[in-house]
Amino acid sequence: MTATNNRSIQIRGLTKEYKKGVPVLNGIDLDIPGDGITAIIGPSGTGKSTLIRCINRLIDPTSGQILFQGQDLAQLSGVPLREARRRIGMIFQEYNLVERLTVMENVLTGRLGYVSAFKAWLRKFPQEDIDEAFALLDAVGLGNFVNQRADGLSGGQRQRVGIARAIMQRPEILLADEPTSSLDPKTSVEIMEIMADMAGCRNIPVIVNIHNVALAKRFCQRMIGMTGGRVVFNGSPAELTDDHLKEIYGGEDWLE
Amino acid sequence: MNATMNRRWDRFTPEQRFLRFAFYFLSVAAMVFSLKNIEIIPEFLYDAPEQLADFFQRMWPMDTAYYQKSVQAALIETLNIATLGTLLSLAMSIPVGIVAARNVVPIKSLNMLAQLILVSSRSVNTLVWALLFIAIFGPGAMAGTMAIAFRSIGFVGKLLGEALEEAHRGPIDALTATGASKASVFIKGYWPQVMPSFVSIALFRWDINVRESAVLGLVGAGGIGMAMDTAMNLFRWDQVAVVLSTIFVVVIIAEIVVSAIRRRII
Repeated sequence: MTATNNRSIQIRGLTKEYKKGVPVLNGIDLDIPGDGITAIIGPSGTGKSTLIRCINRLIDPTSGQILFQGQDLAQLSGVPLREARRRIGMIFQEYNLVERLTVMENVLTGRLGYVSAFKAWLRKFPQEDIDEAFALLDAVGLGNFVNQRADGLSGGQRQRVGIARAIMQRPEILLADEPTSSLDPKTSVEIMEIMADMAGCRNIPVIVNIHNVALAKRFCQRMIGMTGGRVVFNGSPAELTDDHLKEIYGGEDWLE
Repeated sequence: MNATMNRRWDRFTPEQRFLRFAFYFLSVAAMVFSLKNIEIIPEFLYDAPEQLADFFQRMWPMDTAYYQKSVQAALIETLNIATLGTLLSLAMSIPVGIVAARNVVPIKSLNMLAQLILVSSRSVNTLVWALLFIAIFGPGAMAGTMAIAFRSIGFVGKLLGEALEEAHRGPIDALTATGASKASVFIKGYWPQVMPSFVSIALFRWDINVRESAVLGLVGAGGIGMAMDTAMNLFRWDQVAVVLSTIFVVVIIAEIVVSAIRRRII
């Protein structure tokens, strides 16, 4: 239990203003459990992506705390920030692979927090990292694409590489920012399955922004509904009713 | 009448239309003004074809023996100046170009310093750089090489900096999120994205430098221009013709080589 418990995140009074006086996140208080998959749903522009990016500090919050393993992530900078980031994997909507590098090189970039820049430049990664990368690529079904360049892959294949790269970090928590929004429905389910499997068997809690409520209900143990920069729902998928959805997204015609 | 009919649509506001008109008007006015200002002497214009024919007559037949005697050695020196100068400028312009890119180095004062270096390198003509370095190193290929290198920093550095600023943000975010150091993010995130442009820029600059180093000899900075200068001072137009044809052929070969390499790499 302790192994998973300390992977939880407590967010306190988190506010982000891109323009002064116009908060995108408006004092978020949230406890994210240290196991299972937590979905964040809500309309576009409501700050879901900003919230996730505040956790690994791709975006700097204006104020508030993000507590993870006894550290306030919001206050970190320099080397402590890099060391915290190493423990947080991330999967992106647009995959964000380095297009001109091969599949293998992209997966190995997951180890850049541990390998020196000079060794990375010479492509001298430790053998155990290479073994693990091969194993991960086999697991996501890309064992035959090792030396193919990322710009030659389909969207689904790219996202598999993205997942392998994130798992390659051996993260203690996984963030996923709309991981399936650029994919077709069938591939979306496959990607969610791979992500859930990979994280599940390694006890990595996942926080995922997702537009597709049905997909969220199918894969997630917990759902957080946001609207206007605030959390308006926090509970299990079974507790999420149409009334909640109306509150989160506004209107009701689309529910029919 | 239907309210949806005859709706007015204007691409530009009246102010925009006025500004556009003013722009065209000023352009034409500037051209007319310039034509009046340069004081073309009509007599010189009338007998230009005659002069041109005379010129070519003096160039032909070419003194082909001059190639073996002086041009070949000078040509090799020119290529050396161009190539060494380009390599030297690459080494110096990579750090300056990186510092000039505002997304890679988000420190305003450093960006401005790098821009200043790039602008000063570009604002001085290669021939002027050559005169400066002749004062330091004396006449010859050394001064020419340095002149080529210093003029190229601005070109290569500016284009490298711009390529870096156009790099996609996504992969950079992804690598930053792994906890990679700035150096690692640069090597694995930025560099693969700008590498093809960088090779292109370097080859293009080498191509330009072959042409520029051909002229450097006119101010005494070595290379094939020296041979041309000597021939011109002696009014040996048949020898000047040999030099000009050599430069022409070399420039075409350089162009072919550069485009072949560029096609391979991208």
